Amino acid sequence: MRRFPLALWIGVALSALFLITALLSLVWVPHDVTRLVIAGRLQPASTTFPLGTDQFGRDILSMLMVGARTSIAVALVAVGIGMLIGVPLGLAAAALRGSLPDEIIMRGNDLIFAFPSLVIAILITAVFGPSAVNAILAIGIFNIPVFARVARGGALGVWTLDYILAARTAGKGRVRISAEHILPNIANLLIVQATIQFSLGILAEAALSYVGLGARPPTPSWGRMLAEAQTMIYTHPMLALLPGGAIMLMVLGLNLMGDGLRDLLDPRIRRARQ
Amino acid sequence: MIHVKNLSLSIHGTPILDQVSLTIAEGQIFGLVGESGSGKSMTALALMQLLPTGAVATGHARLDGTDLLALPEAGMRALRGASLAMIFQEPMTALNPVQPIGVQVAETLLIHGAADRGKARKIARDCLHRVGLGHIGTEVYPHALSGGQRQRVCIAAAIALRPRLLIADEPTTALDVTTQAQILDLLKALVTEQNMALLLITHDLAVVTDTASRIAVMHQGRIVEQGKTTDILRRHRHPYTRTLCKASAHRPERQNHAAPEPLLQLSKVVRLYPGRRQGFFRRGTPLRAVDGVSFDLHYGESLGLVGESGCGKSTLARAILGLEPIQGGRITAFGKPVSPQLPNALRARIQVVFQDPYGSFNPRWRVEHLVAEPLHLMANPPVGRARRDHVAEALKAVHLTPKDMDKYPHEFSGGQRQRIAIARALMTHPDIIVLDEAVSALDVSVRARILDLLATLQTRMKLGYLFISHDLTVVRAITDRVLVMQAGRIVEHGATRAVFSSPRHACTRTLLQAAPGLRAM
Amino acid sequence: MPPFGRSSRKDTPFPAFRTRETGFNLGAMLRYALHRLFSLTLSLMGASVVIFLVIEVIPGDSATFMLGLNATPETVAALREDLGLGGSLWERYWAWASGMVRGDFGTSYTYRVPVSDLVLDRLWVSLPLALYALSLSALIAFPVGLVAAAGRGTAADYGIMGATQLGIAVPNFWFAMLLVLIFAVNLQWFSAGGFPGWEHPGAAMKALTLPAIALALPQASILARVMRSAVLETLDQDYIRTARARGLSHRQAVLRHALRNALIPVLTIIGLQFSFLLAGAIIIENVFFLPGLGRLIFQGITQRDLVVVESVTMLLVFAVILVTFLVDLAYAAVDPRIRQT
Repeated sequence: MRRFPLALWIGVALSALFLITALLSLVWVPHDVTRLVIAGRLQPASTTFPLGTDQFGRDILSMLMVGARTSIAVALVAVGIGMLIGVPLGLAAAALRGSLPDEIIMRGNDLIFAFPSLVIAILITAVFGPSAVNAILAIGIFNIPVFARVARGGALGVWTLDYILAARTAGKGRVRISAEHILPNIANLLIVQATIQFSLGILAEAALSYVGLGARPPTPSWGRMLAEAQTMIYTHPMLALLPGGAIMLMVLGLNLMGDGLRDLLDPRIRRARQ
Repeated sequence: MIHVKNLSLSIHGTPILDQVSLTIAEGQIFGLVGESGSGKSMTALALMQLLPTGAVATGHARLDGTDLLALPEAGMRALRGASLAMIFQEPMTALNPVQPIGVQVAETLLIHGAADRGKARKIARDCLHRVGLGHIGTEVYPHALSGGQRQRVCIAAAIALRPRLLIADEPTTALDVTTQAQILDLLKALVTEQNMALLLITHDLAVVTDTASRIAVMHQGRIVEQGKTTDILRRHRHPYTRTLCKASAHRPERQNHAAPEPLLQLSKVVRLYPGRRQGFFRRGTPLRAVDGVSFDLHYGESLGLVGESGCGKSTLARAILGLEPIQGGRITAFGKPVSPQLPNALRARIQVVFQDPYGSFNPRWRVEHLVAEPLHLMANPPVGRARRDHVAEALKAVHLTPKDMDKYPHEFSGGQRQRIAIARALMTHPDIIVLDEAVSALDVSVRARILDLLATLQTRMKLGYLFISHDLTVVRAITDRVLVMQAGRIVEHGATRAVFSSPRHACTRTLLQAAPGLRAM
Repeated sequence: MPPFGRSSRKDTPFPAFRTRETGFNLGAMLRYALHRLFSLTLSLMGASVVIFLVIEVIPGDSATFMLGLNATPETVAALREDLGLGGSLWERYWAWASGMVRGDFGTSYTYRVPVSDLVLDRLWVSLPLALYALSLSALIAFPVGLVAAAGRGTAADYGIMGATQLGIAVPNFWFAMLLVLIFAVNLQWFSAGGFPGWEHPGAAMKALTLPAIALALPQASILARVMRSAVLETLDQDYIRTARARGLSHRQAVLRHALRNALIPVLTIIGLQFSFLLAGAIIIENVFFLPGLGRLIFQGITQRDLVVVESVTMLLVFAVILVTFLVDLAYAAVDPRIRQT
């Protein structure tokens, strides 16, 4: 697959677009998204409201901008949780391959995998109530075994190589070898996996908000915009098309970027291991 | 019978083969010899018309008058497997893992419509019987077989339709010496029986010496010399052939400097591996990978450790390096016990060079960082300028330049990487260097230069070498004493010359007989 | 694909011998199945403990939680009695877990009927939906992935890969809304939601069609990509070259050797997907107002009916673990190396 440049650039451009939008929304949005103006509801697109307003009179463009922020923040923190806990666990499991801790870590992973991610979210919300933090937690927990597996799988391959034996004859311990030799050599795998989990996180956040288990009002989120638009879909389909399209483009951008990165980084891994 | 004339080949414009011409007669074994990258495998693939995309071949390759290069794909398909068969280097991956071997052998017959299913099955069984696998049946899956057995299955599938020409591309390179000898004998017998032609491709001069009646020597896409095997090997008309022959029989100049006091002593060392898991809690009986091994290694001495793969050589090496615990006996170096708790100051005095010049280095580190890694063992490792000087000195010792310090490992050839590995081992001024198949992956000419380097370093630094190898030629060239290992035990030991000239143990005799080079030279 | 099995009519008079003839060792398979069954039981026990503990960490106790802050102490005490909250942690877990093994899921607090009855009703919507979607996605993905792999680098390949990228990026509930908009609102081919019940099988299947398509599309996209890369990967293997040297055409080599090997990673993904499919079904049921397990669990949450939430969660997890088990068996049937362990 030698088509990386175009796909990668489209991916990077889309991802950057949404990231910049989200950052911009921190300092400036066209209109206040918390103020409800019933008189100005369901307006068509105009110069004041480039994408029109929703049934509460809020500016859709501003809602989308702040929604991007919510999505990205939730997905980013969830990926962070997954990596920070999952990667060390995976490295430890690989370093202690075949021992009891390895077995426990891997069985624990299998256990989390057995829970459909949304079911974890539902359980957590059933107990603690819906909020953005709980959504992050729910998605993040599901990311842990993913990163642990990827890290362990990659690390096991590296552990069999002679330069690890050389490092051991240089008196280095497991922790140090994991940090100096293993981690840099599985970084590619982890970066690619992170973009995949990031895009899955965006989708999961949207789904949770859609069923009312994500960020609470008045914080705008793409998923809840869709939920609110559902009743209006017969009369005002644009209300549903815009946030859905935003989710799709963002996820598409991240996936293209992930694929492009994998194609870009893979040959180097292959050449190094030949 | 097969007549190749002016075969030239380029891939995406890069010339690979240049005017290759050769002729093989019925019942003849033709050896095609060359170092890696010389184009010998491409010659074979051109005959099979299984070239990679972008390859353009010109010239002629006639099999009984039919020009293979001019045949359309459909015509070629009818010949492949029927008149023209091929086996490959890597028997471990050459068979489909999810099909029983009988099915794969019978496939040759079914594809060419040579037999109905029942008959194909019977013929497959006969073929497997012929290659010496009659006892295992046709329903076994490849994963249950050893490398040698898998190569036999490949041969069975290749001869099922009694091809006119069999091409064997490095058929024994991935196998142990004794297995290699058996496979070569099998191929020889089949050639006589079926009166077919065999094109034997190898990098190992010794392999063709015993087997082929004619050989061609290939270098950079050309055949530099061809003729009767005995003529070629005796006369060395072409300078490249001469270098090749000299390199493969090369023995570095060295004297025995062994000092009386021992550096390393092993006494009844036992290394157990836990048995296979049976169920969740039970384990099978532990495997005795190393079983009561005792020997000494002295200052300035080269000690060879030979044996087939799986005999426990590398396990023993890891125990000596203090990487793995032993379950019985004692290892002492410089009078102190060796174990995974070995203090760094002692660890610095035992270093290692591994086989794989590609897997030996972290691909993300520069040479300076790589070579300096063992400095971790020193109490006050040099830093900055001093470290660079240190590394430069080690690189100079292995005939590399200090400028190489800032490069990454992938910028070096296999031989250069092995030099870097040696430089790394020298960093802490060790007394013992364990060389675990350190030259086995190298081409003969490169190997000869590395052996010279090792000999020089030994004389200069009074190093004790433990030279682990399956390659008897190399062991004979560089060691003073040799240990023969089989199934975890040392079955014979003694002065290298004595052991090689009058082996006492059956295992040693088998090894020596199997080693192709030693038989001929 | 095993030619001996079919060919052996003359030599083996009894079809029963065929398994042996193709090298299929029933004993090894059975041992492997038992081994997997044991880990299945362990996973189930682990999952039940986790779910039980999550419900247990609710601040206060579950009776107070379910009744809300305005409940009188008497009603709380009565519910505590009902729920069996008197005993120790261990006793309560045992009562719950052993009850489930017997098929007793407790009594719903809001509906005042056994949870097992509620679940059984809903299961007949959710299970067919999941299976419908799974078969659809496999039916689409296999040929599409194969076509892309066979035509690697061609326009068809790029087209398929581009389309699957979109398919993966589309949130399935949004896609469901679009389907409703197009096929129910504009074209009026389907109804926008609801479920007529299995008394009318045709209508029931029709009601599940749009939801199944919405669920299947993203899954099919992933599966098609995995299929493509798995086939391409096996095409690079040495045994494909061996097969070509034996006189097989490229096409024959793919069909006879690459496909079955490519199935191994594809199976893994199908197994993993089932979990996503269930999660997706929960949401899709809301879009189409289908009375399935998803609706039940959301009603349970809004009505604070912990007994329902707990049991349905456990059931969903059980489904995922069971499917993993089945995939493991399928694995072993395809790959002889796995049977050996």
